[in-house]
Amino acid sequence: MSHYVELSNLTKIYDTPKGPAVIVRDFNLTIAKGEFVTLIGHSGCGKSTVLSMLAGLNPISGGGIVLAGRELVGPGPDRGMVFQSPSLLPWLTAYENVMLGVDQVFYTADPEERRDIAEYYLTVVGLGDAMHKKPGELSQGMRQRVGIARAFALKPKMLLLDEPFGMLDSLTRYELQAVLLELWRKNQMTALMVTHDVDEALYLSDRVVCMTNGPEAEVGEIVSVHFPRPRDRKAVMEHPDYYPLRERLIEFLEVHAHRGLSRGEAGGPPGHPGNGSPRPSPKAELLLNPA
Amino acid sequence: MKDSKFKKLDWLILPILGVGAVLILWQVVSASVSKELPNPGKTWAASKAYVVEPFAKRGEMDQGILRFTWYSLVLVAKGYALALLIGTPLGFCLGLSKTFAKTFDPIIQILRPVSPLAWLPLGLVLFLGAGKQASELGALFTIAVCAMWPTVLNTAVGVRAVPQDYLNVARVLKLSRTKTLFKVLIPATLPYMFTGFRLSLGIAWLVIVAAEMLTGRPGVGGFLWQEYNALVYEHIILCIITIGIVGFVLDRLMSVIERRFKTA
Repeated sequence: MSHYVELSNLTKIYDTPKGPAVIVRDFNLTIAKGEFVTLIGHSGCGKSTVLSMLAGLNPISGGGIVLAGRELVGPGPDRGMVFQSPSLLPWLTAYENVMLGVDQVFYTADPEERRDIAEYYLTVVGLGDAMHKKPGELSQGMRQRVGIARAFALKPKMLLLDEPFGMLDSLTRYELQAVLLELWRKNQMTALMVTHDVDEALYLSDRVVCMTNGPEAEVGEIVSVHFPRPRDRKAVMEHPDYYPLRERLIEFLEVHAHRGLSRGEAGGPPGHPGNGSPRPSPKAELLLNPA
Repeated sequence: MKDSKFKKLDWLILPILGVGAVLILWQVVSASVSKELPNPGKTWAASKAYVVEPFAKRGEMDQGILRFTWYSLVLVAKGYALALLIGTPLGFCLGLSKTFAKTFDPIIQILRPVSPLAWLPLGLVLFLGAGKQASELGALFTIAVCAMWPTVLNTAVGVRAVPQDYLNVARVLKLSRTKTLFKVLIPATLPYMFTGFRLSLGIAWLVIVAAEMLTGRPGVGGFLWQEYNALVYEHIILCIITIGIVGFVLDRLMSVIERRFKTA
């Protein structure tokens, strides 16, 4: 069962007016069943692109993805997705938001069973008293709890998390990381998470995959994280390997920030020929050419 | 003390002052520039019977003002319903399909500014075969065709503005097309749709008056035109005021409904 998920030579190319822009090239990664893997990298390096291809929300330009022995085509509820913004439908209550998916996936179960599933997961994430409120009445953190409950309630083969805690304050973030970890452990779920928070990656995952800077991002380095489970934040942070690992990840990120720069100066990536700076953002371009 | 008391009542006092100013201006104009224009007092005296007994029916074209209003409202309701029934699905198609939008957008942009006065004769021609019903059907056609555009365009904008996140949720859950439409697209578009509905109702009310004038149907607009021909100018003013008040009330009602959907 060591190849539960297999991403092979995954490539994403966007056609732009200036020619094809290669975002991700030959991305290879295998994930074992029940493993928690984190993708880290700088903003815009293409890590979310990898995740959304895995989710089936973004068409694949090259390579392939195999999940549980079957090639993936398009999106589906077998991959539970937790988005950066919770993406709840604001006209439905927390409960109804979860039920939307539960009704869809467990359509053979009788209504009572379905209700129990939704209520169970909402209670587990700590929303037992607030499940009949609308997202507008919930705090940002509570909304993300609903998002997590929605993903787990569908009993997916795999969990995909796209910077799920990026918009939360650090206290709420810690709380929700613990909630997520507990649910993941209980459900034996295979998970892939995108983040740029090194501490979050170390606390949650079995392996941390560092992505090189885009364009043409690929797997740079894979770091195994072997802190004993179930994990306790304090124990993890006091582990003798914690700071060396943290150092290593941060160093990787820093080196790649500079590598991106020098590569840009050496002629520019394809699709951005000639101009000396590394992939200027549209804003920077505006500043350069005021006309 | 006095000042604050005035501030509290200014919502009442200021509008009264405004109305008073317009009445004085009206009086002055009718006394100086335009001698044919009946002054406020004369207008009231001539209109009293229609206002005091708003539901009286003395003859086909001699009825209480609210009775006339009622006829007009019934016709507007029919035409408006037709406009929404055609306009909403059309808006959804425009919003959902780029091909559809590219195909029909130019023709919509051309038809949209056409005046109700131009549509009405076409409506009458369309239903020539209907005999006695021709004028009603023609009026309905005109109301529908003029009033639907805000609904069409706002719905289309609303559909295009549905956040990608919501659509992703639908895609991840593999909701069927109908389920996506009813569970995601329509609820997400409702606030835009209701803005369109409100604007459409305003136009429908504008069109009814023109339609009644040209077809001579009993109603506020028909009454207005008849009284112009009968040289009873006081009643023209009565009709204008009635049309204005009804339009205002309709708009208020719709915006109350609209607000309920915005907060949801």
